[in-house]
Amino acid sequence: MATSKVTTADFDEVVLKSSTPVLVDFWAEWCGPCRAIGPILEDISNEYGEKLKIVKLNTDEESAIAIKYGVTSIPMLNVYVNGEVVKTIIGAKPKPALLKELEAFI
Amino acid sequence: MIRDLVIVGSGPAGYTAAIYASRAQLTPVQYEGSVTAGGALMTTTEVENFPGFVDGVMGPVLMEDMRKQAARFGTELITDDVVEMDLKGDIKTVKDGSGNVVQARAVILAMGSAYKKIGLANEDRLSGRGVSWCATCDGFFFRDQTIAVVGGGDSAVEEATFLTKFATKVVLIHRRDSLRASKIMAARALNHPKIEMLWNTEVVDILGAEKVSGLALKNTLTGELSERDFTGLFVAIGHIPRSELIIGQIDLDNEGYVKVEARSTRTNLPGVFACGDLVDHTYRQAITAAGSGCQAALDAEKFLSH
Repeated sequence: MATSKVTTADFDEVVLKSSTPVLVDFWAEWCGPCRAIGPILEDISNEYGEKLKIVKLNTDEESAIAIKYGVTSIPMLNVYVNGEVVKTIIGAKPKPALLKELEAFI
Repeated sequence: MIRDLVIVGSGPAGYTAAIYASRAQLTPVQYEGSVTAGGALMTTTEVENFPGFVDGVMGPVLMEDMRKQAARFGTELITDDVVEMDLKGDIKTVKDGSGNVVQARAVILAMGSAYKKIGLANEDRLSGRGVSWCATCDGFFFRDQTIAVVGGGDSAVEEATFLTKFATKVVLIHRRDSLRASKIMAARALNHPKIEMLWNTEVVDILGAEKVSGLALKNTLTGELSERDFTGLFVAIGHIPRSELIIGQIDLDNEGYVKVEARSTRTNLPGVFACGDLVDHTYRQAITAAGSGCQAALDAEKFLSH
């Protein structure tokens, strides 16, 4: 399935209360590496979205959440299981490298 | 099917090579890189010195336009990474991250360079926790904070100047007593009210448990050690050539740059040409990279016609 957008308003519902693991892509329009991994995350979501839900959080629009989770570098990918961050990936990586980092969840 | 030409890498060198090679009807395949497509200019802001752009041009826009120009003449662009190359012999083999193999009679190498790390143990640990290599990506998160930039060249000065948009104060730390950056950019930094210069200073450690809280510094003249509080560190101390895939197959210099025969892009392997930051530790400009990309395509064209 395709990735979806998450906001401050539905972060609790969509991410923290999810019964399956959720990957949040912290990104922004002006961040080149973020745009570079966009299609890769889309691919991964299409292939593995049933097991690992992938959502995108725009740090420009939703800076409160970004600050709360201590984001200082984007792209930053956080995996949440039962409301806790269990994995953080920082920086753009090729698809095989991302899949390897995410293998516990897919 | 054996192709004429494969171009490995994008950026001004790779795209210019592709424009020339596709206009010469070599129908090149170009591996742009899955996350590195467009190269170093993708994380810069305004490029003021690329001729023809009177009012400057944004780095990513320039790359997007070069890419379109390459596509226009029939370059087959592949947004994937090359993971293996066999460059010896008459037919060169290139394997990509999806397992596809492309064979060609000539290869142009344009993999560019990657950020150099300071080499401190805490640098990786605090990466994304206040240590960054990309001011345009991460500057936003340092609003109203005091941050450090280490380096003395164009990229350090550009990052420092860019970061003043967000930070209260930017301290530019350089181990010498003058900047290597071009004069116009250096003057901009030196005269900027938010930028403080810390000359003759080396970063010897990055402090902080969960995130960056400060730096341990050493005066390179007196050896005196000190600590200073910062919430962020941007590293801009230069680049290393991305030649890791071809070590052992092709002649490299001591620093890992591909060696080319002077006034050409010919490497020691027949049919293999190299251009851009992968060969250049002197000029390293968008325009020189583009120029060498053009040379590589012409060299390849000549090689293929014999």
